[in-house]
Amino acid sequence: MKKLFSTQIVIPVDSNSVLQGALEVKHLLEETIRTYNLASQVSVVETGALGIYDQGVVLAVFPDDVYYGNVTPSDIQEIVTEHLLKGRVVKRLAIDRSLSSRRMVEKETGKSQQKIVLRNAGLIDPQSIDEYIARDGYAALAKALAMQPGEVIQVLTDSKLQGRGGAGFPTGLKWGMVAKEQSDEKYIVCNADEGEPGTFKDRLILEGDPHSIVEAMAIAGYATGAHIGIVYVRGEYVMSIARLKKAIADATAYGLLGDGILGTGFSFNLEVYRGGGAYVCGEEFALLESIENQRGEPRNKPPFPPQRGLFGKPTVVNNVETFANVPPILLNGSEWFRSFGTPSSAGTKVFSLSGDIVNRGIVEAPMGTTLRELVYDFGGGITGGRHIGFLQTGGSAGTVVSERELDVPLDFSSMKTSNVSLGSGVILVASEDVPLLPFLAEVAHFFWHESCGRCTPCREGTLQVKTILDALVSRTADPAALQRLSRLMNTFTNTSFCGLGQAVPLAFESALRNFPQVFEQALAASHVPEASAESV
Amino acid sequence: MKSLEELKRIKEETLKAMDLRQAKDRGKIVVAMGTCGIAAGAKDTLMAVIDELDKAGVHDVQVVQSGCMGLCDREPTIEVSMKDQPSVIYGDVDDANARRIVREHVQGGQVVAELVIKRGNL
Ligand SMILES: Cc1cc2nc3c(=O)[nH]c(=O)nc-3n(C[C@H](O)[C@H](O)[C@H](O)COP(=O)(O)O)c2cc1C
Ligand code: SF4
Repeated sequence: MKKLFSTQIVIPVDSNSVLQGALEVKHLLEETIRTYNLASQVSVVETGALGIYDQGVVLAVFPDDVYYGNVTPSDIQEIVTEHLLKGRVVKRLAIDRSLSSRRMVEKETGKSQQKIVLRNAGLIDPQSIDEYIARDGYAALAKALAMQPGEVIQVLTDSKLQGRGGAGFPTGLKWGMVAKEQSDEKYIVCNADEGEPGTFKDRLILEGDPHSIVEAMAIAGYATGAHIGIVYVRGEYVMSIARLKKAIADATAYGLLGDGILGTGFSFNLEVYRGGGAYVCGEEFALLESIENQRGEPRNKPPFPPQRGLFGKPTVVNNVETFANVPPILLNGSEWFRSFGTPSSAGTKVFSLSGDIVNRGIVEAPMGTTLRELVYDFGGGITGGRHIGFLQTGGSAGTVVSERELDVPLDFSSMKTSNVSLGSGVILVASEDVPLLPFLAEVAHFFWHESCGRCTPCREGTLQVKTILDALVSRTADPAALQRLSRLMNTFTNTSFCGLGQAVPLAFESALRNFPQVFEQALAASHVPEASAESV
Repeated sequence: MKSLEELKRIKEETLKAMDLRQAKDRGKIVVAMGTCGIAAGAKDTLMAVIDELDKAGVHDVQVVQSGCMGLCDREPTIEVSMKDQPSVIYGDVDDANARRIVREHVQGGQVVAELVIKRGNL
């Protein structure tokens, strides 16, 4: 009973906030609470990120529903004596992120975040398996184990869940392919390489709700007949790795991993593999090569991983966000899942909003949410009340679009219908003050740097694209530069060996289409230096 | 190794501890717990309020304790402030009255007139 009239302070501890001193703040807070003899009434709980960035260390006080931002150790004394002892909100630190103010926004705009993937992130203590269980954790695994493997796959197929790693391949179909294969061993691999610049959604899931991935991978193992799972995590994601490892250990101790799970005959074990950090290692074959201790390079397709994957065995490779959707789908049914989103794309998407936008951070919204809603309703508009210059959607391997595309609903079909890529859900907003060409030159440098060098069109092509963009920026491009750029794009599309090379044209072709005047002006202003004019 | 029943039990127990992490923004009930209040039985009042809210499944109303409200001769006193409504202070709130206030005022939206000491903010 006592718990009912105490206070709980939630402090998101994630890799961002740790750098800003979240742990120091937490320890000092606990100490100060003890000093004032409040320990029996006030508890401090660690959670994953709330999806709020740019606010430093955040504290949320419940049940008061008060959020403090940019909290430093020197603020703790005041928060404890003013708020906890006297019940007075410390106004100078309060930020407008309370649940009730969010509900107001939702009422006014009619738009709300729809949380399926992020159902627990920022709400539970990610290091407590009990809290995960309290939120129906492992109930989906228990439910799956009481079904036939084929029935589990059918639910996923009916749900129309598609891969969230960028390509949108139907997940039920992929699992069904692996289930069909006859093999002494099969593998479940989670792609947590998250190499796309500007994306940090997978990290937020892993840090904030690691058990959701553990549970989903065990379900995938049961459905397909695999007994070993590997989570391939980007090397820099130290906290994700630590929390996953703890989740795996706790689940094993509860008998939710290991031999004879929940008293059934099903066994499943999970390992964490720390990735090397190259962008191309996010490509599924390069990732598998990397786990096999080979150089991370793509392989020939077909056969695809479901037929011949890790160590030549049938393998499911799914993105973190894809897996995170699985337990709720099993619990609530495929029809429930299809009730979110659009006819072509069921469910939600986790968007990473970055750039010149007021509320940078992570937002989960139904498939079909428009860029305008993301930028203005969820993102709070452009900083300094400026106009939009351009938007990059779907990351480096995505499209560069203009304000004219603001009302395109984003889903898996928006690339086909409107030339706006969804990709992994990164939305980068550039204000009118950001020049386009130097930005594109950055993208070109990125691809040149990340090309693994295995095939000529991509290895040489990325160098040429970079040279052309640099020349446009420095106004030294020759008159044929744009034609050459267009020709190069066809070569990428038609002859690249893997998805990296094939994706290079997206950014440049869309930029050429949406901002032709920028390129033409740069060309018109260009003077070819003597020496290079001769060599062309 | 846990059984399904044990998982269910873990769920129930942990949920109680997590209940606090919800915004309780429908209203607030302040129970005066000064020395005079406690002497007059405010502890029972507090328990009755919490118990009645719990029974009714009301989770978005905050219950807080405060010091003496300065109305010592009418203790135990409680102050009920529902969102967008002026707050009401009740006196002589014993167990039965506390439950009645939760049912009629908090749930039913009807102020329990005969127990009111004061309306509006102090
Ligand atoms: C160059 C390149 C990089 C990729 N990087 C990632 C990545 O970081 N994370 C990811 O999940 N998928 C990435 N993919 C997609 C994967 O190859 C694969 O399609 C995906 O992991 C499948 O999971 P899904 O069906 O759940 O989306 C990348 C693909 C390419 C071509
Ligand atoms: S397209 Fe680029 S990244 Fe892919 S195999 Fe060829 S060189 Fe490597």
